[in-house]
Amino acid sequence: MQVVYEWLGTADHKKIGLMYIVYALLFLVIMGIEAILMRIQLAHPNSTFLSPQVFNRLFTMHGTTGVFFVAMPILFGFANYVVPLMIGARDMAFPRLNAFSFWVTAFGGFLLYASFFTAGGFSQAGGAPDVGWFAYAPLTSPAFSPGHSTDYWTLSLLLAGVGSIAGAANIIATVLGMRCPGMTLGRMPLMAWMSLVMGGLILVTISPLTAAQLMLMVDRYMGGHFFDTAAGGSVVMWMHFFWIFGHPEVYVLIIPCFGFVSEIVPVFARKAMFGYPAMVAASVGIGFVSLGVWAHHMYTVGLPSYGNAFFVLTTMLVAVPTGIKIFNWLATMWGGKIRFATPMLFCTGFLFQFLVAGLTGIMLATAPFDWQLGNSYFVVAHFHYVIVGGILFTIFAAFYYWFPKVSGRMMNETLGKWHFWIFLIGFHLTFDPMHIPGLLGMPRRVYTYEAGRGWDTANMISSVGAIFQVVGILIFVYNLLSSFFVGPESGNDPWDAWTLEWATTSPPPEYNFATIPEVKSRRPLWDIKHPEDPDWKYE
Amino acid sequence: MLREALRFKRLYLAGAVLLTILATPLFAQSNGVSPTNIFAPDSTPAHSIFRLSIFELEVEGAIFVVVFSLLAYAVTKFRQRRKDDDTEPPQVYGSNQMEIAWTVLPVLIVVVLFLTTAQVIHRVQDARRPAGTTEVTVVAHQFWWEYRYPQYGFVTANELHVPVSDLQTPTPTYLGLLSADVDHSFWVPRLAGKTDLIPNHPNTMWIDPQETGIFLGQCSQYCGTQHAKMLQRVYVQTKDDFDKWVHAQQQPAVVDPSVAAGGALFIAKACFACHTVRGTPAMGVVGPDLTHLMSRDTIGSGAVPNTPENLRNWVHDPAIFKPGTLMPKPDLTDAELAQITAYLSTLR
Repeated sequence: MQVVYEWLGTADHKKIGLMYIVYALLFLVIMGIEAILMRIQLAHPNSTFLSPQVFNRLFTMHGTTGVFFVAMPILFGFANYVVPLMIGARDMAFPRLNAFSFWVTAFGGFLLYASFFTAGGFSQAGGAPDVGWFAYAPLTSPAFSPGHSTDYWTLSLLLAGVGSIAGAANIIATVLGMRCPGMTLGRMPLMAWMSLVMGGLILVTISPLTAAQLMLMVDRYMGGHFFDTAAGGSVVMWMHFFWIFGHPEVYVLIIPCFGFVSEIVPVFARKAMFGYPAMVAASVGIGFVSLGVWAHHMYTVGLPSYGNAFFVLTTMLVAVPTGIKIFNWLATMWGGKIRFATPMLFCTGFLFQFLVAGLTGIMLATAPFDWQLGNSYFVVAHFHYVIVGGILFTIFAAFYYWFPKVSGRMMNETLGKWHFWIFLIGFHLTFDPMHIPGLLGMPRRVYTYEAGRGWDTANMISSVGAIFQVVGILIFVYNLLSSFFVGPESGNDPWDAWTLEWATTSPPPEYNFATIPEVKSRRPLWDIKHPEDPDWKYE
Repeated sequence: MLREALRFKRLYLAGAVLLTILATPLFAQSNGVSPTNIFAPDSTPAHSIFRLSIFELEVEGAIFVVVFSLLAYAVTKFRQRRKDDDTEPPQVYGSNQMEIAWTVLPVLIVVVLFLTTAQVIHRVQDARRPAGTTEVTVVAHQFWWEYRYPQYGFVTANELHVPVSDLQTPTPTYLGLLSADVDHSFWVPRLAGKTDLIPNHPNTMWIDPQETGIFLGQCSQYCGTQHAKMLQRVYVQTKDDFDKWVHAQQQPAVVDPSVAAGGALFIAKACFACHTVRGTPAMGVVGPDLTHLMSRDTIGSGAVPNTPENLRNWVHDPAIFKPGTLMPKPDLTDAELAQITAYLSTLR
């Protein structure tokens, strides 16, 4: 009972971080089940495995869960755990606000999933939202969505939004105000910089979504007509509000992952991060430019030609700092002595996949190409390349990297390699062929499709790949659990790394550091281990 | 040097396989692979997009080969070997020249891509309308397509007929895009990119198909339960055939006395509330115009072929073929069903 209260009532950033992560893992498994069901339905044309009603709820829940109840919480979780340690602090700036952020987000997820048990009952996917994760008006109006499924979407995300805003404010205050002596902004780890940019983006980008959702509630329940076209409302306005949120949101998701890679690659290549100032500038630049690209989700809506052209320019421009980061990571590896332990394997997979995702992104940024490829399976392939091939791969890397710090034990390296290779094969089997139906005219969000359009084989292969991904994740979960109890002891610094979290015990005491450290460079532990050649001589 | 490069054969092979997978559609002809292949254009907007996309794929292909090769090389050449000692490699913190170079070059690539893209956007979206254009108003519904021909004074559904065009003397078809309910999107890949049909936000698009034939597509903006079966068929015909079709569509419904009972039931059972049969009291506009139903190859907006058996089953219960369609199950006895089906079968 004491243990339960300790976790329910904690304001310790490490415990809150772990709760975020475990919560997200639970929803990752649920998302995977939703995906498997959809892939079974799509393996054959004109399949009757799922009804259209159930399928449409599944893809809506899969997308909504993935963005708000897997990716956001897991990234908040890692930032929560790792950033205060890395900057030599004892906790986040506002520990109780931190706990509030977690619990309100968690409640949002439970509220969303309660919808599965309403209306037609669980076997029919209940009254779960079926309007797509971006819930376009007027499909969400009372006329076209009677019942409460849309309301579960709106309310659960309003809660998650509050949690995110509070969490972002906390991260910003922590990074700006709680760095240990000597750690100027120019000396803090890139993970801390990425968390700062993520926090800033969240503060700016969640508000339009919240505003749009409140307007939707006014339409649905208070006689409003914001999006009611019969009364002169505007559907395009929903799109603008949603995508002003929706596009920066995906940068919110990827930027902390850039942080993971920027911590892991140098340690495993045995070299300092190449071009730290450029990495900072590129990340901040991406944050700003990403606020100006949103209408590339609206190229087919009928905006004037100069409007479309403007968004082509901004979207292509945001690819420049992103590409720079890939070159910097490559240059960090260049001339190194790379150890391919599991964290580095996942980061290498990320580099390849993020390159491909960026290139397909440029295709989609090109408005005329998007007039063909938009809203097709090419887009689904592109964003899963980013989210699974980019974000999830780096999250796996982060797990293997920081697990020793959290638990005091190493994860099993053999199982890690099995996880990597099986999941890599599954990822590519599913998402490489998926580009092809898009190029051959298959739209997204379809519960079935016609035979004879050249889509059948690719869909079957994609479905087979899902099985491999499931196996990979099962191996991972088993590895997590068994290593936690019987893994070999790791010690403070199993990877011979250079940032402050490795200077304290594994796991850290509740107060993190007995004495607050003082630093003179970006790699304080490198300075200690190499007194003859410290970093501060070169920075 | 060559021997070292050849050690990475497996990586080159992997890259080549991946590129082949992604590049396959480039070599696919529509008659071989798919009737909805975006790389088999047959109309100027689709051609413009195709040319731009090939150029872009070439540029991106080059970028991919360069960066992938560097990654493959780094991963193989700089891995820690067993015979290595414990010393750390030289620490390199950055290089101004390299970093400037790999900033400036991508910016230049972006400028080139942007300018070529802007040109195509302008050419497609701001194209001037020549004389001799065929005008069609498309009204999207959950889950079917209404086609109005204002120049000829009739309305039809689900199967769009247009005259073939010619690059020398173009006779394009301009489509006005409206929606009766939620968002939809018009996508026939071989003819043009997609454009959305959004309530209260009229759009236009144009096509000038250069070959006769049937072109397929489907709704491409999630619009509800049966989004997946809101299919499109575009019939591109010679001028003569198109004129004949227009003339036939302009006629009121065929009156066949032998199915008068079915015709009466069509009114009595309230089918008229949703459907129009021109020349009869049935003037409903919620559902597709049925005046020339039998001139169409499919029913349910492409859901099933228009055969007597399918027609009977559709009228019996549309949810058999398209669960979630907005047409309710009519309340008919077997005899009434047979009569109404017989009546509908005369609406050529």
